[in-house]
Amino acid sequence: MNDMSVLWTAVYIAMLAAFTGYVVISRIPVILHTPLMSGSNFIHGIVLVGAMVALGLATTTLEQIIGFIAVILGAANVTGGYVVTERILQMFNRSGKKPGKGT
Amino acid sequence: MVDFSYAIDPVYIATIFFFIVGLHRMSHPLTARSGIVWAGAAMLIATLATFLTPDLTNFTLIAIAIVIGGGFGYIAAKRVAMTDMPQMIALYNGMGGGAAAGISAVALLGTTATASLAVVGGLIGAISFAGSLIAFLKLQGWMRPRPITFLGQHVVNITVLALAIISGVLVVWKPSWIPLTVAMYLPLFFVLSLGFGFLMTLPIGGADMPVVISMYNAFTGLAVALDGFSFATPNYAMVVAGIIVGAAGSLLTFQMARAMNRSISNVFFGAFGATEEKGMQIRGSMKSIEADDVAVMLAYANKVIIAPGYGMAVAQAQQKVKELTDLLESKNVQVKFAIHPVAGRMPGHMNVLLAEAGVAYDHLFDRDEVNPEFPSTDVVLVIGANDVVNPAAHRQGSPLFGMPILDVDQAKDVIVLKRGQGKGFAGVENDLFYRDNTRMLYGDALESVGKLVQALKKL
Repeated sequence: MNDMSVLWTAVYIAMLAAFTGYVVISRIPVILHTPLMSGSNFIHGIVLVGAMVALGLATTTLEQIIGFIAVILGAANVTGGYVVTERILQMFNRSGKKPGKGT
Repeated sequence: MVDFSYAIDPVYIATIFFFIVGLHRMSHPLTARSGIVWAGAAMLIATLATFLTPDLTNFTLIAIAIVIGGGFGYIAAKRVAMTDMPQMIALYNGMGGGAAAGISAVALLGTTATASLAVVGGLIGAISFAGSLIAFLKLQGWMRPRPITFLGQHVVNITVLALAIISGVLVVWKPSWIPLTVAMYLPLFFVLSLGFGFLMTLPIGGADMPVVISMYNAFTGLAVALDGFSFATPNYAMVVAGIIVGAAGSLLTFQMARAMNRSISNVFFGAFGATEEKGMQIRGSMKSIEADDVAVMLAYANKVIIAPGYGMAVAQAQQKVKELTDLLESKNVQVKFAIHPVAGRMPGHMNVLLAEAGVAYDHLFDRDEVNPEFPSTDVVLVIGANDVVNPAAHRQGSPLFGMPILDVDQAKDVIVLKRGQGKGFAGVENDLFYRDNTRMLYGDALESVGKLVQALKKL
């Protein structure tokens, strides 16, 4: 693929992804806004994957240091984001009605 | 040796699929909890698959960094009190932004990445990092939560942003007539970007923090997407997940700002609460009341509405409030909760706390649903809420003007549970407290509600 076709592919992907994000959120009741913000905070923890690649392909010491810090930050984003979301959502299970598993 | 790197893309595609399913499940209270588990499983396999990336080295360093960062994130998130969740979201969001900025820095020091995308990702990531950090410090109380303003602030901010963009352009363009290398512009670029993030957040008051955190959440998503695309081999897991978060976060930001009837530019440039309203005279005086008297009023009421706010969260009074509700219902008093969308420090903050205490969903009512009911309500209990019940929002010229509020002053009697005589987060005097039908029950929310419960039991 040449550079332009890669760019256009990215634009297609970005457009569909943006639409997906928009649709998924627009159905969310106010009650779930906080866990949702926390949940999307967890999902951008995928930055960890990029930080791992950055550190893994780093050659100079400076790149390694920055990459190392980036992996630490990304990993904290992942675990912290998960635990916070989980803790917030845990409360919804104890609310009188017994939610069944699945839908 | 078998090349396992072919597994990466299928795993990333599965990851994105699970992320979307997870987010979708999080959009309904009953399936919300399983949603985060789906997303968590996806993150795990994506992380493992990334180790298969061709030519990857520094495995030990990667593993050590994951253990340090992951360990910190896990322990801190487990230990922190439920009331401190908002600032933890800000903190972890900032870390994500910092990681994105770091990736950009490494990409720009090398030669294989698409520099223009990495620069934009770096700028946005650094702004998100610095801004979220300030939001964290303000919410944690390690920094004055009030807006910090100074003369010519907008000019300074715009200048710093402009310089950051110019230095970013230089990083990409590398003009030959400037005898400097990229390694020399790069620190300047990041210092300016971080500086803009700090400066941009300083003038924002605590009341606007939910909007700000949500906005930086969207920023981080965008930065992650740009970084993912800047790699020589684009990382589409980062691109798609980042864009989804960017879009979802933006929408959430607008929804929150709309709930407060404030535009995004107003949030960022309005320095909310920094200016005192001038020429405003409040007549009357605050009248205090004892818990025993409140208990009698409650016991003989037909309908009671409880309007909780940040004070309830701070005092961890939600369990006692639930007890009070049960007690009143056993006395055939109708009890409803009036939930202002931005009560507390995050949208839905009150819902979460009350759900934790076991208050059923059907007791919780949105501002628009409950406002028509106040005139027919006997007693409103305002528990640690201030700005969201401030009638000043109906008065032109007030910094709160235009913000939709809970019209609690329409009820027959209003009891305000409050720690002291201070102002709310917005720093605006609340004349609700001076109304003839308002009584103040001073004290920590947990203690006050506890006293009410005791007094009611004796009746």
